[in-house]
Amino acid sequence: MTNIRYTEDHEWALLEEDIVTVGITDFAQDQLGDLVFVELPNIDNVVKKGDEAAIIESVKAAGDVKSPMGGKIIEINTTLIDAPEKVNQDPMGYGWFYKILISDMSEWDSLLDEETYQEMVTSSS
Amino acid sequence: MITSSLLNLKTTSLYSLHKELGAKIVPFAGYQMPVSYPEGIIKEHIHTRNEVSLFDISHMGLIQLEGLPVVKYIETLAPANLIGLERNRQCYSFFLNEKGGIIDDFVAMNTGKDYRLVVNAGNTDLVVSLLNSSEKFRNNITLLEKYSMIALQGPKSGQIMKSLKGNCEDMSFMDVRFMNLVGIECLVTRSGYTGEDGFEIVASSNEIETLARNILEFPSVAPAGLGARDTLRLEAGLCLHGNDIGPAISPIEAKIAWAIPPVRRKGGTRSGGFSGSKRIFELLEFGASKYRVGLLTNQRIPVRSGTQLWNESKEEIGTVTSGAFAPSLGKPIGMGYVLNQEAFNGNHIHATIRGKRIDLHVTSLPFMKTNYYRA
Repeated sequence: MTNIRYTEDHEWALLEEDIVTVGITDFAQDQLGDLVFVELPNIDNVVKKGDEAAIIESVKAAGDVKSPMGGKIIEINTTLIDAPEKVNQDPMGYGWFYKILISDMSEWDSLLDEETYQEMVTSSS
Repeated sequence: MITSSLLNLKTTSLYSLHKELGAKIVPFAGYQMPVSYPEGIIKEHIHTRNEVSLFDISHMGLIQLEGLPVVKYIETLAPANLIGLERNRQCYSFFLNEKGGIIDDFVAMNTGKDYRLVVNAGNTDLVVSLLNSSEKFRNNITLLEKYSMIALQGPKSGQIMKSLKGNCEDMSFMDVRFMNLVGIECLVTRSGYTGEDGFEIVASSNEIETLARNILEFPSVAPAGLGARDTLRLEAGLCLHGNDIGPAISPIEAKIAWAIPPVRRKGGTRSGGFSGSKRIFELLEFGASKYRVGLLTNQRIPVRSGTQLWNESKEEIGTVTSGAFAPSLGKPIGMGYVLNQEAFNGNHIHATIRGKRIDLHVTSLPFMKTNYYRA
């Protein structure tokens, strides 16, 4: 079983024990185009599943990074503040946004697995 | 009688080329247009400033006018000097409503054989019905639907035209000329929407793809989409109809009254006689209550169209009409309207985005020096 899952809003969540790392998918970064601004949540913020935890702006449009699961923000990728282009270059790696100490493991089951997500992307494009 | 329909999304004659080049296609003014190619908006923008880019602008409306009576008729709808427009020259003007608001802005050219108008894609139907509102000239007004238009923009565009054996070394900004490029009959103007030197080329829709492919073969040429076109024009301080100008905005407020020539102003030999002239003359004499200005910020967050603007006394003083990240400046810029008394260089104002205060200052336009060519 893979430990990466997705949301319908094109976030990915990487689960390692009780911590998830959150970012946006390659499809999402491609749709947004060049990112020019990232606003990250504060550490210790408590977020619910679906909350707009981070803000992103591309050259032309604004968007957000919803939290795939509820919990407490324990780490943020501050390198994105001065280099938002990292999200375009490596959305599933160096372009991660924040880590959450999750509060309800059952929320994991509501996320999409790789296959379901890819099907959704293929049928929408 | 001319008609056009926007019932379904149309494609331009370069659609398959765009797809082949990996373009991201978006709906725009009834067309499926490339917003960007795989390089992305920022790289396409920078490439245009340094090298040369090819844009598909076939969505723009091209209208042919035949005979002096119809040219005179256009002067009743726009404060332009078309009668005095020299052969092989073009000028910028706008159709006005009775309140002096801008129905559409356009470029008019005197090709020597006829006159042509280039109007905004989203306003083509509106302009065509406006022009046809007088039955007298319907046979002299033709929407040219079998032609396509591309723009070659950037400091090296003159070199490309030279390599294509185009006869345009002695063309200045806003000059117009028929010429043959790679065996294709073209109407070429030295103009554009980026602030750079460049050319806009009209050719038959059957031949435009051949021409575009020939141009793309030069290593210094890259395709650029509507996204880069928008950030380039914003840096160049140029208005986008529907955003920065529209039926509720006069040319005086928009600071484009320079396009109203002396001959159509008070005291001119063909003074007035155009829609909205009474209001325009009032505004020219007494000034407007708000003006279009540039907006700069040292913060990274772009202000977008529709954002309200406030002064230090917490009074609402205006609205943003265009906003984006400016790739050449490396920071966000915007355009908007503020009250007359707030429209001075360096004025510190602010906006609120998602609850955060964004400090802005008013600046004159353009944001970047334009590089138009004068032979």
